[in-house]
Amino acid sequence: MKKVNLFTAVIFSLAIAAPLAMISTNATAAGEKYILVSHAPDSDSWWNTVKNGIELAGKQMGVTVEYRNPPTGDLADMARIIQQAAASNPNGIITTLSDYDVLSGPIRDAVDRGINVIIMNSGTPEQAREVGALMYVGQPEYDAGHAAGLRAKGDGVGSFLCVNHYISSPSSTQRCQGFADGLGVELGSQMIDSGQDPSEIKNKVLAYLSANKNTDAVLTLGPTSADPTIAALKENGMAGDLYFGTFDLGTEIVKGIKAGIINWGIDQQPFLQAYLPVIVLTNYDRYGVLPGNNINSGPGFVTKDGLTLVEKYAGEYR
Amino acid sequence: MSDATQTPPSEDERVKEMSAFRKALIRPELGSICGVILVFFFFFLTARDSGMFSPSGVMNWSIVSAQFIIIAVGACLLMIAGEFDLSVGSMIGFSGMSIALLSVSFGWPVWLAICVTFVLCMAIGALNGWLVIKTGLPSFIVTLAFLFILRGLTIFAAIATTRKTIIGGVKDAAEGDWLAPIFGGKVLTGLFQWMGDHGWIETFTRGTRLGQPVVEGIPMLMVWALVLVIFGHWLLTKTKFGNWIFAAGGDPQAARYVGVPVNRVKITMFMFTAFCACIFATAQVMEFGSAGADRGLLKEFEAIISVVIGGALLTGGYGSVIGAALGAIVFGVVQQGLFFAGVESSLFRVFLGVILLLAVILNTYIRRMITGER
Repeated sequence: MKKVNLFTAVIFSLAIAAPLAMISTNATAAGEKYILVSHAPDSDSWWNTVKNGIELAGKQMGVTVEYRNPPTGDLADMARIIQQAAASNPNGIITTLSDYDVLSGPIRDAVDRGINVIIMNSGTPEQAREVGALMYVGQPEYDAGHAAGLRAKGDGVGSFLCVNHYISSPSSTQRCQGFADGLGVELGSQMIDSGQDPSEIKNKVLAYLSANKNTDAVLTLGPTSADPTIAALKENGMAGDLYFGTFDLGTEIVKGIKAGIINWGIDQQPFLQAYLPVIVLTNYDRYGVLPGNNINSGPGFVTKDGLTLVEKYAGEYR
Repeated sequence: MSDATQTPPSEDERVKEMSAFRKALIRPELGSICGVILVFFFFFLTARDSGMFSPSGVMNWSIVSAQFIIIAVGACLLMIAGEFDLSVGSMIGFSGMSIALLSVSFGWPVWLAICVTFVLCMAIGALNGWLVIKTGLPSFIVTLAFLFILRGLTIFAAIATTRKTIIGGVKDAAEGDWLAPIFGGKVLTGLFQWMGDHGWIETFTRGTRLGQPVVEGIPMLMVWALVLVIFGHWLLTKTKFGNWIFAAGGDPQAARYVGVPVNRVKITMFMFTAFCACIFATAQVMEFGSAGADRGLLKEFEAIISVVIGGALLTGGYGSVIGAALGAIVFGVVQQGLFFAGVESSLFRVFLGVILLLAVILNTYIRRMITGER
């Protein structure tokens, strides 16, 4: 009896001794602590740039930074993470606001406890003000989609396919909606729920394009949907022929732009969305200085011209 | 032989003698009791200064644990009855969406939307059970099908009626409703305000809620969790129906021979699992004021993990509700505690996997001790 209990105690403590090593490395940076909470599931590679952004800012400013996200992308879990972040008493929280209903309560609670909050990436400047955040750093999604739609319309596009790999996030749908409004068409079945799996996305795009032969353009919402779409277009011979625009950048997307498969990528510069809030919060905490307005990190259209720096840092800082 | 007549009647030769110490130790809960102690011990050492044991920190992991408990109780009883339900997570998304659609988009009163949703969910649970019984297929497959069916229906229903996948505004619709506070309200708010006034717990330092305590009260979610654990434990250990559950899971054929209505027990347990999922979803929708098509992803596995940590057997016929609740606490504390301890978020699942594995190994040892098998 005793023996087994001892045995289990040993394996349990072995298993939990492992994180100790990591905690000690995390705790080396003295001073302020900032936590970034995102809505992205683990599988979304785009957020790596955000992680690199806060890490660099933390190193440069000499502050502790932590990145947290709900593993499955469940926004109710994200609300718990924000509550948890607030309970650990950091100097500031940087968070996305992808669903106002779910997240506004926990964010407002954090603000009321005296924690400075900056909204990044998702949400709108108005919502950021309503929850009591210091500012909003990001790219207004609908406007970005709208600008892209107008650009595509100027290039002679009349119909499109929107590959939505994150249909449960309202901001993804807003991008498609903005694009449709920019083109001046109704958004309906041309927005497909592609899921997150690369081969599923590829085959759904192939199926849609073979069923709707008169589609002029395809719009993807990030590397998760863009990479498989590139593969799909290469397979059915439409690469370079079909008008292809995408949100966000990544290694494959940059290659695609270079090869002429993708006409343009909209860079919202996630690096800045993560990097700038840490800089702003640290300076605010240390010296009380604060920029007087929201910061727009995008949209910027990346085309074939001037790709060298983008190419070098795609997926890391771009 | 003449001595036999002198033995007191209370000693029955058919009952094996067992020391009180051994009796106290060999329970399905033993593994999870050790787990709870170890987990708290560990986080007390590593995350003591991180706010994990401040009132708001305690509330944070308690709520998460309570959520797991609610679905674990259902999953536990069903597992003891020998079946699985993999559609729990999708059921959470489905019932949340059903409440939001009925109340916000169709304008029904919230209490009616909640009642209809409960009926709907339990009907689907019954359908799950009926299909398993009638087809004789493993419940693993049947409920896996419903995992996809319900998730797909949820996304379709949301998009088809509102063109959105997240439906908000439930909070406004639930204003003044009599049933909504039973799921989304908080109790003992006066006590917490009093503790806040006396400076025993932190209060908000700015904003509209200045001076109010950071922990407002005990959410109804936790009350539900407690009620379900007590009910489940009572049902399983103190009633005839509880014995039927064990019998149906242990050896259904033998149970049928002695007159246990195995089919009815199993279908009822499927309905109970759906009922628990529906409570989870209703409390979530009422707390956050919105329903999303992706709510509850992977929750079926989290429920099963909690139950397994709690010492139940995957093959049925053995387990305890208290154990499942303790397993859910281990799971919830570890999940939130890793954040408090500042563990790199990408390693989070590695630890969950390790804990699961350790719990199962531990429980297997304990079961071998009990049954004496090698």
